[in-house]
Amino acid sequence: MKLHEYQAKLFFAREGIPVPKSGLANTPIEARQVAAEIGYPVVLKAQVLSGGRGKAGGVRLVRNDSEIESNANLILNSQIRGIPVQRLLVEKAVDYSGEFYLGIVNDRSLAKPILILSSSGGIEIEEVALTAPERIEKAAINPLLGLQNYTVRALASGLGIDYALWKPLQHIAAALWKLFDRLDATLVEINPLAVTPEGSLMALDGKMTIDDNALYRQKDFLELSDQIVETPTEQEARKFCLNYIQLNGNIGCMVNGAGLAMATMDCIQQAGSEPANFLDIGGGATADKVAAALTIIMKDPKVKAVLINIFGGITRCDEVAKGLAAVIPEMPVGLPIVVRLAGTNAEEGRKILENYPQLLQAETLMSAAKIAVRESMQVPA
Amino acid sequence: MTILLNENAHILVQGITGREGLYHSERMQAYAKNVVAGTSPGHGGEWVLGDKVPVFDTVRDAKESTQADTSVIFVPAYAAADAIMESIEAEIRLIVCISEGIPIKDMLKVRALLEHSESRLIGPNSPGILSPGKVKAGIIPGSIAIPGRVGVVSRSGTLTYEVVQVLKDANIGVSTCVGIGGDPIVGTNFVECLDLFESDPHTDQIILIGEIGGNEEELAAEFILNQVTKPVYAYIAGRTAPENRRMGHAGAIIEGKTGSARSKIEALLRAGVQLFSYPEEIAEIIRI
Repeated sequence: MKLHEYQAKLFFAREGIPVPKSGLANTPIEARQVAAEIGYPVVLKAQVLSGGRGKAGGVRLVRNDSEIESNANLILNSQIRGIPVQRLLVEKAVDYSGEFYLGIVNDRSLAKPILILSSSGGIEIEEVALTAPERIEKAAINPLLGLQNYTVRALASGLGIDYALWKPLQHIAAALWKLFDRLDATLVEINPLAVTPEGSLMALDGKMTIDDNALYRQKDFLELSDQIVETPTEQEARKFCLNYIQLNGNIGCMVNGAGLAMATMDCIQQAGSEPANFLDIGGGATADKVAAALTIIMKDPKVKAVLINIFGGITRCDEVAKGLAAVIPEMPVGLPIVVRLAGTNAEEGRKILENYPQLLQAETLMSAAKIAVRESMQVPA
Repeated sequence: MTILLNENAHILVQGITGREGLYHSERMQAYAKNVVAGTSPGHGGEWVLGDKVPVFDTVRDAKESTQADTSVIFVPAYAAADAIMESIEAEIRLIVCISEGIPIKDMLKVRALLEHSESRLIGPNSPGILSPGKVKAGIIPGSIAIPGRVGVVSRSGTLTYEVVQVLKDANIGVSTCVGIGGDPIVGTNFVECLDLFESDPHTDQIILIGEIGGNEEELAAEFILNQVTKPVYAYIAGRTAPENRRMGHAGAIIEGKTGSARSKIEALLRAGVQLFSYPEEIAEIIRI
């Protein structure tokens, strides 16, 4: 789960990482009120979970009271990579003489968190890695020991950073590690970490991602979860513990298992169409859950045909068939539904479904995908 | 012959009195009769599986009384890392973790602990290991595979069943089928499994089933290029997956430039691996 900049900065401030004065605004009038409190010049920053915010016009410098509402209005009425802006961070504009990047992220191959420091802040670290790798230093952190100060000094020294900044860097890196470790983060990042004219460091932008698997013990974030970008259908699916992601195509699909669900989507594409969604009903799904899954798929008006691919292991195909049978009468007439059952109790499942002529049964995954695509083309737009 | 474990394995099931644990212990017992013990805190002294298998409070007790050398874990995610560490501490040789949804921070600690131990971990979020006709540790249905000389290694569960079933339908047998797990941090990776298959005298060919996310497949490709002499076939799921959305498995996410299906497919092709683009196609391209 990704946090917004303003949320990340709240955590930074709590751990003693210097951040500029700021406040949130939902309307241009609120933006003006916040700016009056903190003093001009201010920066208005769209709070959306998307990169490329600056390039898309989501960040604006405002020097005085007369320009604030029009600028706030512009951003609040814009979209950034398709996401409408609903909230602004109004932040005191800060002078700075240098920019660093400082972050901690999990390295999958090392199975360790790594501390990354770069002397080229203000641009994406992936970009620096490509164009100026000599400006990046990184080191693995032993998860049993935590981040030690010598590691930070080694990176600072490797980049030739002014010795006067080592102490504040150690302090900020230690605070970041504390957040990373305590909040079950998979990424914490300050970019840019600005050097002020007084020679201190300040976090001007921040990112945090929290491990979804750890949300059960990070209860603070559950309240924030309504701010994740999710379609209403995706939220509905979550209630039934279904793993559903809406996509752009018109073949709805329901599969047991994430890998097989992706393989099924790929088969749909290979058969000449595009999947409308990713949907994993998980292992051992009951009839109720299957029925809910089909109803959720049908909430997407783009869907022209449905492909159901179940390879029974823990999941029993007869149970899946019962769930389908329960909701088939509610499905639109003429909607093609292709079902492929294999594995545990597949034979029993197929027998149950024989009574529903709207259902087309297929033997293999690829043949099922081909039938679904063919049938979808015959449904009037 | 098999990799990782053989028919002489003494299997211990952690979480044996839970619904999943008990059901799959019965399936394992029906397949190869080598479940020798279970653990379940507070249930020490009970008996399960037709009153033939003893339940212990701790892994150490179970090991001392039954010579268990392999553990299969079915405990809930919040307690699973603890269960893995208990087995490492008790010096269980092979630990297979089926549990899904373990926090990454817990797995980082597990991996740090594994570095200083002799134990090997498969998973978490793994369907386990099946050596057809010999032994099964985990939840892979025994009925979908026949004994043979093809090794299968995968990050997925049901997708693996799909491919193995295609092999069976074509009368092609499997030496060992290993699911390494769909999480970002797992105990044993593709490279280690490829290495084991390469030196297994009873495996002639290898099938690798990967998916989007991370760079496991790219590392596997490099290893295949330099160290594997046996023919390798591969399938990569997630060609249609969008960026920055986690596709079910915690490990299956394309972040920026890393983890795309294209990068993995290209790396494998460069290593001389034969790719198949849908599960049934393996039966057409594999040469037996």
